[in-house]
Amino acid sequence: MTEAGPPRRGKPPVFLERQSYRRRRVIDAARVLPFIGMLLWLIPLLWREDGEVAVRSSSAILYLFGVWILLVAGAGLLSAKLAAQARDGGSDAEARGGEAF
Amino acid sequence: MLNTLVFVGSAYALFLFAVAFAAERAAMRGQARWLRSPIVYTLSLSIYCTAWTFYGAVGSAVRSGFEYLTIYLGPSLVLIGWWWILRKLVRIGRSQRITSVADLISSRYGKSNLLAVGVTILAVVGTTPYIALQLQSVTLSFEVFGVGDIATGEEQGHTALWVAAGLALFTVIFGTRNLDANERHNGVVMAIAVEAVVKLAALLAVGVFVVWGLSGGVSGTLEKIDASSLGQWQIDGGRWVGLMMLSAAAFLCLPRIFQVLVVENENETHLRTASWAFPLYLGLMSLFVVPIAVIGLEMLPEGSNPDLFVLTVPLSQGRDGLAVLSFLGGFSSATSMVIVAAIALSTMVSNHVVMPLWLRYAGGGAKVSGDVRGVVLLARRLSIIGVVMLGYLYYRLSGGGAALASIGLVSFAGLAQILPAMLGGIFWRGASRLGALVGLTLGFGCWGYTLFLPSFGAGVFLPESWSTVGPFGIGWLRPHALFGIDAIDPLLHAVFWSLALNTGGFVLASLASFPGPLERLQGAQFVNVFEHSAAPRSWTGRVAQAEDLMIMAQRILGARDAQRLFEREARRQGMAGTLPAPTPNFLETLERELAGSVGAATAHAMVGQIVGGMSVSVEDLMAVADETAQLMEYSARLEAQSQELARTAAQLREANAKLTRLSVQKDAFLSQISHELRTPMTSIRAFSEILRDTTGLAPEDQHKYSSIIHDEAIRLTRLLDDLLDLSVLENGQVNLNLREGLLSDVLDRAVAAAAADEHGARLRISRDPAAEQVWLNTDLDRLSQVFINLVANARKYCDAARPALEIRVHSSDRLVIDFVDNGTGISPEAQDVIFEKFSRVSDQKAGGAGLGLAICRQIVTRLGGEISYLKGQGGAAFRVVLPADIAMAAE
Amino acid sequence: MSKRVMLIEDEPNIIEAISFILSREGLSVETHSDGTTANDKLRASTPDLLILDVMLPGKSGYDILRELREEAGTADLPVLMLTARGQSRDREMAERAGVSAFMTKPFSNTEMLEQVRALMAETS
Repeated sequence: MTEAGPPRRGKPPVFLERQSYRRRRVIDAARVLPFIGMLLWLIPLLWREDGEVAVRSSSAILYLFGVWILLVAGAGLLSAKLAAQARDGGSDAEARGGEAF
Repeated sequence: MLNTLVFVGSAYALFLFAVAFAAERAAMRGQARWLRSPIVYTLSLSIYCTAWTFYGAVGSAVRSGFEYLTIYLGPSLVLIGWWWILRKLVRIGRSQRITSVADLISSRYGKSNLLAVGVTILAVVGTTPYIALQLQSVTLSFEVFGVGDIATGEEQGHTALWVAAGLALFTVIFGTRNLDANERHNGVVMAIAVEAVVKLAALLAVGVFVVWGLSGGVSGTLEKIDASSLGQWQIDGGRWVGLMMLSAAAFLCLPRIFQVLVVENENETHLRTASWAFPLYLGLMSLFVVPIAVIGLEMLPEGSNPDLFVLTVPLSQGRDGLAVLSFLGGFSSATSMVIVAAIALSTMVSNHVVMPLWLRYAGGGAKVSGDVRGVVLLARRLSIIGVVMLGYLYYRLSGGGAALASIGLVSFAGLAQILPAMLGGIFWRGASRLGALVGLTLGFGCWGYTLFLPSFGAGVFLPESWSTVGPFGIGWLRPHALFGIDAIDPLLHAVFWSLALNTGGFVLASLASFPGPLERLQGAQFVNVFEHSAAPRSWTGRVAQAEDLMIMAQRILGARDAQRLFEREARRQGMAGTLPAPTPNFLETLERELAGSVGAATAHAMVGQIVGGMSVSVEDLMAVADETAQLMEYSARLEAQSQELARTAAQLREANAKLTRLSVQKDAFLSQISHELRTPMTSIRAFSEILRDTTGLAPEDQHKYSSIIHDEAIRLTRLLDDLLDLSVLENGQVNLNLREGLLSDVLDRAVAAAAADEHGARLRISRDPAAEQVWLNTDLDRLSQVFINLVANARKYCDAARPALEIRVHSSDRLVIDFVDNGTGISPEAQDVIFEKFSRVSDQKAGGAGLGLAICRQIVTRLGGEISYLKGQGGAAFRVVLPADIAMAAE
Repeated sequence: MSKRVMLIEDEPNIIEAISFILSREGLSVETHSDGTTANDKLRASTPDLLILDVMLPGKSGYDILRELREEAGTADLPVLMLTARGQSRDREMAERAGVSAFMTKPFSNTEMLEQVRALMAETS
């Protein structure tokens, strides 16, 4: 008869399992997204403002709101992923903010 | 038209009342779930979009092109980056039960009320003009319909007043509806969510009308835009970046945003939805701004107010219905902002200013806990009315003119001063109270000097010369050109310098100071909030005493409310009876309920003490202690009560210990009495038997033994006399034999009698013959008996090598006679009981039966005076005090 | 040689009475009134009988008794204890300390004498 030994309590594994790893990366993406947004919205600073070659306002509107839509979509996507992960029992990682990598 | 508008406006207001009321009812019936969906949360955030943005964005687009967008881009980035800051803020807000932005700052920096008051003042100063701005915009929008000629200045004032009064009424009704002032405001949140939909719908409707109704679709609109004066991309780069940052900062710091974002947050996961939904909302709000601006410029006559294009464009096209909808949108924007701002500010004002003051000056008188709740609610209601009316006054006094137009950004810049302390507080453990204080003071001062005061116009608050040559001729102190830098936009200039000084002061003072223990604890809890709270602190379902909880709740909430709460909870749990099981849910509910009256930390600790869970940490208790000390929270009164209880308990313990000591002494006394009686009797019996049985006893022996029997018989008699004496004195049957005599004579007699007593030990007695020349009219024999006893005691018990007794006499209003010897005195524990009947100072020095001092006390009491042990005199010291009518001044 | 009785008692009149009674019996009586030195005295010259009071200045009769019982020379010494407190608790304490006989004051002279005789007879 084999005995089930006590659960091994060694060091935590160096690498996280796949699911946790994905979760961390989603969180990373959520962290990076605002900086991408800021960068994109600062690009108009580089546009020409005078003379014939100045950027037309219609293009500016399209660009700025296009970025806006992309950011909303990105945030929505990440939010959905985080929500799904939270449902799959990842709430602790989310709660602790995924400080480990 | 104006009448229609008044009617529509009133109907809409009534509708909002109904919505709020229905939401409250639904919440009370426990159907609040759908009221608290993530979408409602997101919509409630829309109070960011005030009338200033609803009307003003178009005006801003007309004046400075795309710059208006920055006001929306900043908050969008904050929401998209929710994982960084908002998530932490919300978690801290929930786990620390934060009630306002002032509370957050104060709580983080060791619950400093000074900081709370500072932030409150900053918030009031920064928000009041903003409320004025909302009132102005509503008035202006009425004016648009009101066909200029009848809208006199008087009329405008009335409109603003009515609107202000209506808003104050709404806010008082729904903002302070819950007895628990900390509870979330379901009705208000629902109403502003509805208003959010209305204002978005209105702006979108106008935008759709402009794009598809007037410009022939998207491509046509884009062409018109390119062809207009806004056709070319033109922005001031500094302002583009600066305003984006400023609006992001303000979004975090505005009290009303903090209120809906953190305080009203029901569930952290709602933030996840808001992270994309709110940027979407902002995008939609700003989408049609440029088209409306371009069409307005094209269609309306030169000189029309671009701030009102949203209204005037549909009106000019005869679309009255659309214009009314647009009016309602603007109305919604204005009212929702005022309502939430009033709630947020009133919470701060009442919690951090009114309540501490009230508790300090009137708190002692309140006996019933219900009083405090009444005062909290009253304070909040008055604060709401005060805040709204302050906005109205500001509007009236500033004349509602151009001075208000720029106030939006000025207000943003003012409130952004909170940012360094806030972010530093949640990310940097080294941030200290002093740092926050210095930073806020510098930032607030700099903002006031460079932006706020100048915004009233030159010469109103600051002398005109200050802006030309500088204050007192100091050029580099000119409000718009600090340190001589005058080439930048005044707003950016002010924002830059105020935030730079603020942050610099904050960091330097933090580095230089050493925070107190509570501050460091709070710092660690804030910065590491995710380690400390997996979820908001909750009670594990330990076995708690429901009755105990009930008793405590009654004490704080008042009996009626507490019973109602418990019954409701018991019903919810499906239990018969009135006591619910202490489930974690119930404990949390109870704690929230209590927190509204006594503060979060106190409530948590109180529940914790009863539940006995491990969750009450030292921090919690420290927080309580600190709260009571610094904020004079309501718990101060409770604390006093519990101190009183503790005092009573201590007195009881003392009395009990005394009783135990007395009982032990009584036993000892019986033994002692037995010994004292049996010892002489032994001699008497032994010698009488000897005399009886021994034949041929020598006569001298016979004589000797008879004398012993005689002496011992006398000793027995004396002992019995003492006992009888005491018993008579105690029963009050003694007749006083009043006579007149000199105190010195009584003392002489006593000293002589005591010296004649056994144990001829030498006792040096020093007296003050002059002071003793006092005539007495009392029972001199009894008094002498007291003195004899005291002198004899000193003779018997004074253990000094050269025993000495000093008898001091003072006669002021009463006659005081002290007997002080130079021995080691009486031990403190014995001092309590030496006057008790069965007391002897020690068994070793057996000299009497322990009745002397008891008799003395009885006598002195009968004579109308008192005798006590004098502490701290070196040796044993007794004081006899006789009333003035006994002593007659020496002739 | 006459038998020796040591009396430890602090009340002079009682000392006088007991000494008188015992001397008439032909016993030699040595008296001490201080509790603290009693054990030293006992060690120096062990009597044939010890009569011991309970309430003594310096050291109680129980303590003296307990101490002498622990010493080889006096472990079997007959001890008559006299007490004026006369409660049953006192008797128990005396017995626990190892008393040979116990009498309550005041006592009858004859009874005391009989008790002394009985105790002396046991040892001889």
